[in-house]
Amino acid sequence: MIKEKRTIENNSIGVVKTEYFSFDSLTLKSGVKFGPITLAYETYGALNKDKSNAILVLHALSGDAHAAGIHEGQDNPGWWDSMIGSGKAFDTNKYFVICSNILGGCQGSTGPSSINSKTGKPYALDFPLISIRDMVNAQKHLIDHLGIDKLLSVTGGSMGGLQALAWLVKYPERIASVIPIATTIRHSPQQIAFNEVGRQAIMADGHWKAGNYYEGQAPIKGLAVARMIGHITYMSDKSMAEKFGRQKKDNAEPFKFTADFEVEGYLHYRGDNFVKRFDANSYLYITKAMDNFDASGGKPLQEVLQDVKVKALVIAFKSDWLYPAYQSKEIVKACKLSGIEATYCEVDSTYGHDAFLLEIAEETHLVSHFLKKVFYGYEAA
Amino acid sequence: MANENISLDHRVILELVQPRSSVLDLGCGTGDLLYLLVKEKGARVQGIEIDEQAIYKCVAKGLNVFHGDVDSGLAEFKDKSFDYVILNQSLQQIRHVDTVLNDALRVGKKVIAGFPNFAYYTARLQMFFRGEAPVTGSLPYQWYETPNLHFLSISDFIHFCRSKEIDIQRMVCIGEKRRVFLLPNLFAQVGIFLISKEG
Repeated sequence: MIKEKRTIENNSIGVVKTEYFSFDSLTLKSGVKFGPITLAYETYGALNKDKSNAILVLHALSGDAHAAGIHEGQDNPGWWDSMIGSGKAFDTNKYFVICSNILGGCQGSTGPSSINSKTGKPYALDFPLISIRDMVNAQKHLIDHLGIDKLLSVTGGSMGGLQALAWLVKYPERIASVIPIATTIRHSPQQIAFNEVGRQAIMADGHWKAGNYYEGQAPIKGLAVARMIGHITYMSDKSMAEKFGRQKKDNAEPFKFTADFEVEGYLHYRGDNFVKRFDANSYLYITKAMDNFDASGGKPLQEVLQDVKVKALVIAFKSDWLYPAYQSKEIVKACKLSGIEATYCEVDSTYGHDAFLLEIAEETHLVSHFLKKVFYGYEAA
Repeated sequence: MANENISLDHRVILELVQPRSSVLDLGCGTGDLLYLLVKEKGARVQGIEIDEQAIYKCVAKGLNVFHGDVDSGLAEFKDKSFDYVILNQSLQQIRHVDTVLNDALRVGKKVIAGFPNFAYYTARLQMFFRGEAPVTGSLPYQWYETPNLHFLSISDFIHFCRSKEIDIQRMVCIGEKRRVFLLPNLFAQVGIFLISKEG
């Protein structure tokens, strides 16, 4: 999420293009039949002959299909560029990596800002409530379309991890391994609370107009506040102190309540940037899907994982207080009780929840060796 | 198997484990023993280890390992989840030995416990003549830096097992380079026990 720090590396995957896959309809968890649906996705590397080297990468709340490389004429690398590429954790010399955008999103996939063919206008709140499982079911259509019977792995951090767990529970026979990072079986009251404050900020913006803002000004103030709250929860007390201290901005204007401190300026910058690329209604729908998610539908996770033969690598970060390590340990506990072969590592990091985008050396070590074993077995590990 | 690089305690444990068993190693360190068990015995293995850097080394060997402490890591396993639970050189560093050993005997059909013998003769001599806390090959630490919480002898462990109705199936005592058969509580540096419990 700290985009300004990213630069194009020498071993970048180079220029990539977002692709689009459309299908007729999907019966949602709510029972509603909804369609047509388009998913934006990107692929990196090549699918091998027996189609056994495909890895599905799933993004977090504000992410998109652009996980690696750069787009023609732009210099912004994908959100996990440091992890995907030649010789990287998800080594594109060996593996075929797919990153799929989500149903309900606003970055190329069908979501509330998409045009409803029946009305010729954006869906807005006519868009049905969606779940994490619906997102995964839509991705399964994509994987079927790509002709892949069994994924070598599904992985993602944060909300990407929720989707990875949904894959594990819903389609265990379609995956050989799962790598949930900084995630949880279900949101805690604290996680729901932060999301609700974000949603309320959007809905309190006069421009929101019950979701019908597409012809006028968008509720950008509300969405920016939601993003600012989000960013606070992605960092840690320590990472904020190290990054900003109590430094004041030089160009602080002489007004009582200007953003004097660097941390304030940073949050404003983050909020203002976010509204340029994200739809407020999508934010509402997606955060609600996250809050409603329960990987095992209220039952203990181990009960739905009996006889599942998937291998798991679970990663958490010490200073992550939004998705604390105890939540990852719950996943590990379910692995222990259901007999799933698993590895768990709690990486010592001060970056907070953002660590899954920043602790690249540790993640690379864990992921590359884990994948090697899943793909080749012990001999090559 | 005549690999000179394999430490003697690992060689003894390798002999105690039946081929193709499932093994849980509590305090598996960098995973050397587990890796041997995979290679030599075709075992299905799982480690638990507290040290993060050791976790990375285990993962590099392709091993399954849980990052966590031994004291709390066992409770979540079902009864008889493994053929063997190993506590090699970690028994003396666990706070609640009684609880952990009980749980290990619940989770594993058998338990292999290896620990340094505090009653080794050099230790006794150091205590007797110098009046100082012993430092030996198997107890290499100064009193102020030792990770060991418990100082037990081979006799202590035998008495403990008897009092807890734990069945000792095998006892192998070793010195620096070879097995010790004569007066092991005096001449062995390390005791390795294969134990189990009814029920």
